[in-house]
Order: sequence, then structure tokens, then C-alpha cells
Amino acid sequence: MSDPAATSLAVNALAGSAVATDDVPPSAGGKSDKPRSLLGDAWYDLRHKPLFWIAGFFILLFAVMAAFPGLFTSKDPSYAPIERVLAPASAHAWFGYDEQGADLFARVIYGTRASLVVALLSTVCTTVFGGAVGILAGFRGGWVDAVLSRIADIFFGLPFLLGAIVILFTLNPPGSERGQFAVIMIVVASLTVLSWPVSMRIMRSSVLSTKNADYIVAARALGASNRRIITRHLLPNCLAPLLVYSTIMLGAFIGAEATLSFLGVGLRSPVQSWGIMVAESQDYLRIAPQLLLFPAAFLVIAVLSFVMMGEAVREALDPKLR
Amino acid sequence: MSTNVTVSDLPYATDGKPVGRLLEVDDLHVEFHTRDGVAKVINGVTYHVDAGETLAVLGESGSGKSVTAQTIMGILDTPPGFVTGGQVRFHGQDMLKMTEEERRKIRANGIAMVFQDALSALNPVYTVGFQIGEQFRIRQGLSRRDAKKRSIEMLDQVKIPNARQRISEFPHQFSGGMRQRVMIAMSLALDPEVLIADEPTTALDVTVQAQIMDLLAELQRERHMGMILITHDLGVVADVADRIAVMYAGRIVEHANVYDLYAKPGHPYTVGLLNSIPRIDEKGQDLNTIKGLPPNLIRIPSGCEFHPRCPRAQQVCVEKRPPLREVAPRRLSACHFAEEVLAGE
Amino acid sequence: MSESILQVEDLVKHYPMTQGVVFKKTIGQVRAVDGVSLELKAGETLGVVGESGCGKSTLARVLMNLEKPTAGAVKYRGKNIVSLRGAELKEMRRQIQLVMQDPYTSLNPRMTVGDLVGEPFEIHTEVAPKGDRRKKVRELLDVVGLNPEHINRYPHQFSGGQRQRIGIARALALRPEIIVCDEPVSALDVSIQAQVMNLLDKLQKEFGLAYIFIAHDLSVVRHLSDRVAVMYLGKIVETGSDAQIYERPTHPYTQALLSAVPVPDPTSRSTKQIIRLVGDVPSPANPPSGCRFRTRCWKAQDICATKEPVLEVRPPASDHPSACHFAEEREIVLVRD
Repeated sequence: MSDPAATSLAVNALAGSAVATDDVPPSAGGKSDKPRSLLGDAWYDLRHKPLFWIAGFFILLFAVMAAFPGLFTSKDPSYAPIERVLAPASAHAWFGYDEQGADLFARVIYGTRASLVVALLSTVCTTVFGGAVGILAGFRGGWVDAVLSRIADIFFGLPFLLGAIVILFTLNPPGSERGQFAVIMIVVASLTVLSWPVSMRIMRSSVLSTKNADYIVAARALGASNRRIITRHLLPNCLAPLLVYSTIMLGAFIGAEATLSFLGVGLRSPVQSWGIMVAESQDYLRIAPQLLLFPAAFLVIAVLSFVMMGEAVREALDPKLR
Repeated sequence: MSTNVTVSDLPYATDGKPVGRLLEVDDLHVEFHTRDGVAKVINGVTYHVDAGETLAVLGESGSGKSVTAQTIMGILDTPPGFVTGGQVRFHGQDMLKMTEEERRKIRANGIAMVFQDALSALNPVYTVGFQIGEQFRIRQGLSRRDAKKRSIEMLDQVKIPNARQRISEFPHQFSGGMRQRVMIAMSLALDPEVLIADEPTTALDVTVQAQIMDLLAELQRERHMGMILITHDLGVVADVADRIAVMYAGRIVEHANVYDLYAKPGHPYTVGLLNSIPRIDEKGQDLNTIKGLPPNLIRIPSGCEFHPRCPRAQQVCVEKRPPLREVAPRRLSACHFAEEVLAGE
Repeated sequence: MSESILQVEDLVKHYPMTQGVVFKKTIGQVRAVDGVSLELKAGETLGVVGESGCGKSTLARVLMNLEKPTAGAVKYRGKNIVSLRGAELKEMRRQIQLVMQDPYTSLNPRMTVGDLVGEPFEIHTEVAPKGDRRKKVRELLDVVGLNPEHINRYPHQFSGGQRQRIGIARALALRPEIIVCDEPVSALDVSIQAQVMNLLDKLQKEFGLAYIFIAHDLSVVRHLSDRVAVMYLGKIVETGSDAQIYERPTHPYTQALLSAVPVPDPTSRSTKQIIRLVGDVPSPANPPSGCRFRTRCWKAQDICATKEPVLEVRPPASDHPSACHFAEEREIVLVRD
């Protein structure tokens, strides 16, 4: 007959009295009087999680790889002399050579950029667009909310992979001669179009639950305009769940891009991407499994890092655990 | 030491009602391990309750009054809470040393608890009849039908009208006061000897509060139970308590019978509390407040825990922790200057 | 004789109860506030007491113009503020401010104390020029008993009582004439309640504030109020000076309410008047006909069901307004010297 309410009362009373001294206690960590916001508290938590450091290390690594691939390899990934086809690993080429004769390691390193850029851009677009619609729906309520939610439901109902294939097949069919930039933009657009409802829902539910908070009522009583309430009060308090989800979404988009490229409707040569490499490795699986293994390993680690980071951030920001 | 106690082994008066010293808490110590350090939530609490009497445990938030009750009931969240010393004796047997199985036998049968928020203590997806009946079915092995009959009797006892119909309703269909009655019915189902009421009326309107306190008093009289009433409300305590234990920073700072305590408080904290409450029977000037804030249990002040807020604090109060001692017949106080406080100086 | 600055006339607020998801049908009305008339004079405190469901929180929201009433008027210095919009509404807000009940949720957790107390100046830019604002915030913190050096701290670093002081500082910033206090001390510990109440008292004297003090705790209301209105199920059942209400109550509900308040004096056990109400409060969606209190009243007669008693002075039984056909003085609270 354990009563969580009573116990949490005790812990809350504890937490209350822990803060309630005549002088505000120094931030735990022995520092001087620096005030700690909730984000500051979250950062303190994060710093102490090994998960954060591991995931952070890899993310940083990949980011540097994407920005400055030259730091990791001096080889040109598109240089593919025929005599090097499927040559084994050596001191010059740690992963060996692929079916075209290009340096596998170099290809994997250079592939980071495309994968990351597509994922990052898609995440940003989805978060911004979905978030904006979510705020509008949540804040206005009434018929605005009803209409926007139904529209989101429709998009939500589209099966992701099928929808992506259809869109990309139409806009970017195999054999079309679009430039690199255009292809990336199209892929980003299709990912955004299919994923924004989730961001919208997260933001909307955040807003709905915060909208009636006492401090919002207090702001209204002061005479704050709607714009002020949204930007100063709602957004900072509603952003957290969306940010957490975005980190995880980044990881998912890396995988999604790889899938689409594998299917031939996403990025394609001469762009380097892990998905393309995985696609090309199919025919040589038996004789040269490393063609699949290396890009797949990078893929998995990248996705995992973002997802783990998202988990760590979520735990740190979770007010219930404070 | 044998800990195989069953409730039926216990001494009873010839009319089947409990008698004698029922529950004793002896020098209890409890710590909470938090992110910021170890909080000493209970620092040597000793009290007892006899059959037929009401002990009020009075304190504000952070005083440790609820945690003591949870420890008695064995529902303390461990972690982060840990019992680091002391005993909780029910009819002489230390409950802290028993196995969970033995403790469970004593719970509900021997000691029952009523909580502040009935809405969260009752399961929202089961009917009220099911939840009360559960006690009878599981503990006494009654059949469904007999359990239902007994449940209706219990609802009658707590004066819920239309008990026969309301037995199949859900908790959210009851008003706040009615829900509290349901919770009381549930806890009294198996005729416990001791009832712990943890802020039972704090969340209720004042007219409903009066009804519920009347009900508790009546049930206690009929059953000759020992009642521990945990609250911060000095008015409620004055109405129903026989003895009062005032808690501050995890220990008892004063212990006296109710008339003595209100007429002549024996500890500066009690004095401060009594002076700071607005009274309905007087139109006040400024209230005399207790300055400062409740202590941080991770860094309890040295010596007397109350000294930073005490108008009488002297050097000895900073250095030496005053023991809880007898300062007058049947009155305990943990203050170096208790005699002066009693005399009203 | 101080002037009357706020008049509430027959205020009504009903909430429609709807059914249906897309096309909503109204199946009834929750009559939260059902014809309330009040008056507030400059510099005085009007206490509004009632239990849960009586409509006092709704009353607070309507007074603060956070919700539009279904009918009735709220006149501040003669001007009906209910119909104000835009810039005029914003201007009016400078004069009527709000202190809320829960110190743990009424402050934006992501804003510093300085931002919180300074927000009124940012919204009403004409009150203080930008350079002055920080200084004014520090002054306000000092006035409410907080350390101005803590201006950059966040709410979670303060205790409940201190947070409530921050809320009070915020309400005070624009030097309003009226502050509506919605249960400002209910969520605080006993020893802290006294501190905050003393603060409210001091501020009233120092700044000439008028309070509408809404609470369920009768002892707290008595301490600060000059006049008191008792609410039940959306209506005011009795109103008068604090002495009249507490020492000479005439409405049965007021009497029952006073009798239910536990007095911290064990010797009064034998002398107390015990009036216990039976039953639950009726639903505000379906209040009883005639006098709403009749279902729980020991004096109820036939006339109570047919004719609703008007809130008026009823000499000789009652020297202050009371809404009961059988109003009769009864001493419940024995006054201490």
C-alpha cells in the first residue's frame, strides 16, 4: 500500500527545505555564487553522464569528418584506377579498395558529409516548420487547431518509405541529370514533408500543457501581448521535448537517407554517401564483405551516437528527475 | 529473537478492544541520500501511542513528521531513504527487524494509514466496493458476496449515504470529503488497533474537514483505537488531540498534553508557532513571526537546530544540542531554557 | 470616508458544458458566478471567503479581465472595464494587479528574478525609462524583504515564501491601486504565512493599496480584511465589516462556516458551538431553486425553495446585508480579549 504521493511529499518537502536557507545555498559542485538556471542544472547533470561524453565524442568526430575530410585522408575518393579493383587492405589504404578501384577508407570519410548534411538540414527544417505549426495549433486552439491537426494527421498517415520513394521517384528519377545541390535539397524536402507532423505534435502537446500554467496567466494579467507570451514564456519552456526529439530524429534521418540512396532514389554518384556505398556493395557481398561492413559500421555508430545523445539530454532535462 | 507475532496473540480487554501501549517509536533515525548530500530527515524520534488516545504529531514541511509515519508503516522509499537506527515496536515487537511478510500481516490488521490525498491513494480503475472488499477477500478469505456485504457495512460506518448503490461507483465519482470517508473505510476494514492519519483533512474544505474529524473521533472512541494524527494545523490539534509531539528538523522538540501545551508552551518554536497563527477570534495587529526559514536538512545547524531562528538563542545553544528532557511533570522539551519559557519569561 | 473605487454589479459568469468533438452542442451551463455585487473602497481590504466550488477563483479571473463575464459590469472609477480592448485595456491593467496562489508555478522557471520583476516595466514601457528599470527592480526586491543582490537568481533557488514575495514584488511594480490576492498564503507553511501576511499589511499602509483578498481560510481573511463577503455556489450570501461577519453572523452558512473553523484553544472544546452541515455542495451546473443553501440548511422552509432571498439589510435581525429569509444573529466565535 505504498503511497507515491506521500513519499514524493516527503522528498518535495526535503527538496523545498534543502533550498530554503536564509542564504541561497552554493551550487552543488562547490562553486561560488554563480546562479544556476534549469539549463545550467541540466548541463551539470550531462557532464556527469558517461553516455554524454561517448556520444559527444563520436558526434564531434563525425562533424569534423564532414567539414574537413582532408584531415583524415589524403586520397581522392573518386580516383578509381581499374587495376586496384577489390584490392585488399594495405598500409596505404586501411580499408582496401572497392569494386571500382577507389580507396574505401576515403570514400567512407567523404561520405560523412553528405549523410550528415542531409540529416542536419532535414532536422532543422522539420523542427522549425513542425514546431511553428505546433505552436500555432496549440496556442490558438479552436478551429485553427482542429484544421491543422487534421492536416497533420493526413501527412502522418502517409507511410514514410513509400511516400519518400514516390516523391523522390517523381522529382528525382534514376537517370535524371540534376546537380548535386538540387538532389540534396529534394531529399531534404521529401524527408521534411513526411516528418513534420511528429514535430508538430510534440510542440503542440507541450504548448497545450503549458498554456494554462500560472505564470502564463500572470503574464496576461500584466498585460503581455500574445507575441510576448509565445516568445518569452511559451517557447523557452516548450522547446525541451522538441529538442530532445530532434537529436534522435537526426540519427533516424541518417538512416533514412542511407535507405533512400540504397534504393536509388536518394543521393547518387558522384556524391559520396554511406547509403550509396551500401547499395553498391550488394553484388559483392560474398567476395568482399568489407564493402558493406565499413560504411554500415559508420552508419550504425553515427545513428547510435545521436540517439544516445538524445537520451542523455532527455534525462538531464527531465524535470521530474530533479 | 522470535518475531512471529500474529495479531490474535495480543492482549485484549474482555470486550475484544485493544488496550495498553500499542505502538512505540524508539530513537528512530532516517537519512535520505540526495544528489546534494545526505539529509538527516529524522534524528532520534521517540513517541508512543496507547489504546484510546490521540497523539498529534505537529510540524511544518520538512520536520519529518510524515517520514516517521511512512517508516512505521514500512512504506518508506528505500532508496533514497534509509533507516539508520532505532526501533518501531508494535506490542513490544520491533517491526523494523521483521520480514516484509510479517510486517504485512501487521499492516491493515494492526496498523492502518489514512493519507492526505484520497484521489491518488485510491485506484481509479477499480470500484470502491472492489477496493474495500479486497481487504476482506485477501486477508480474511471471505467470499465475494460476504466481502461485498462487509464493504457496504463499512461505508455505512463512515456515514456515506446510499451505501448499497455507491459501492459500485468509482473514486472520481465521489466528492473530496466522500473520498476521504472511503479511504477511512478501507483502512478500518480489518479493525486495526492503531490508525495513522497523515494530514487527512488538509486538502478539504473547512466544513468538510469538521465532518471528517468528527467521524474520526467517533470511530476512534467506538473502537478504542490509538490514533496518530499528523498535521500542521494548530486548530485541528487543539480540537482532537490528547497529547502533542512538536517536531522540528527531524526531532521532537516538545511533548506535552494538549491543555498544557496551549496554555504554557515549553519551547521557543512552539511559542513562535502559537503566536504566528492568525486567529478567528481576534482581529490582529501584526503577527509575531518566526524569523528565517526552515533548516536545510543536509546542513542542520550546530547545537540546537532552532537556534538561527530563536529569539532566546545564546552561545550554549550554538554549541550544545539540547536533549529532550523532562522539564515539568509529564512534559518534555528540548531547550536549554525550557524552564524560563514555561514560566513565560 | 474613503471613496469607492471598484464596483462590481450583478456579475455573472457561466461556462457552457458541451458535448461532441467536432460540432459542439451546449447541454448546460456551469454557473460559476451567478449575480455578484461588491464594492471596494480605496486603501481597504475586502475579503472574499468561500469553500471550493463557490466561484471565488472565477470571480478573481473576471475581475482581472482574464475572462469576459457573461453579464454584469465591473467599474473601476466609474468606467466599465469589462468592455475595454487593446490599449485601453492595457492601461487599465496598470491599476489592477494579481498575486496568485501557488508560488511554485506562478513564476516562469526560466526567467531570472530580475526579469520576472522587471517584466511589467518591459510591457508598460511608459512607466520607467530603460536605464531606470534595473534600479527599480532592486528597490522592489528590497521593499518585499528580499536581498537585491539576488537579482540574477532563478526561482527554483528560492523557498516558497520567498517566491511569493517575488510574485508580490511583480504585482507592485506598476504601483497599482488594487491588488487581487487569490489565496496568496494557502500554499505556505504556517510560520511563513505570518511573514507574508505582515508584508502585505505593511505594503498596504506604505503604498495605499486596496486588496481584494480571496481565501478559504477564515482566520487569515479576518486578519487582513476590513470588510468580508461570504460566497456560496456563485452568490454572495452575507457581507459586512469584519466584526459584523465574525462576531454577529446572520446567515446560516456563515454560521456553519465559522463553527467549523478549528480554534487553537483546547479549552473551547466544551464551549464551542457545533454546527455541522450535512451532505455535499450541490453542483454549480444545477443549483437548487430559490435559496441555494437550502439543501443543507437546518432552517429551510417551503419559501426557501420558491423565493430566492435577496442580499439586503434585514432590520432588526441583521444590520448588514444577508441573503436569508430567516436571518438571525448568532454568536459563533467567542471573542478573546
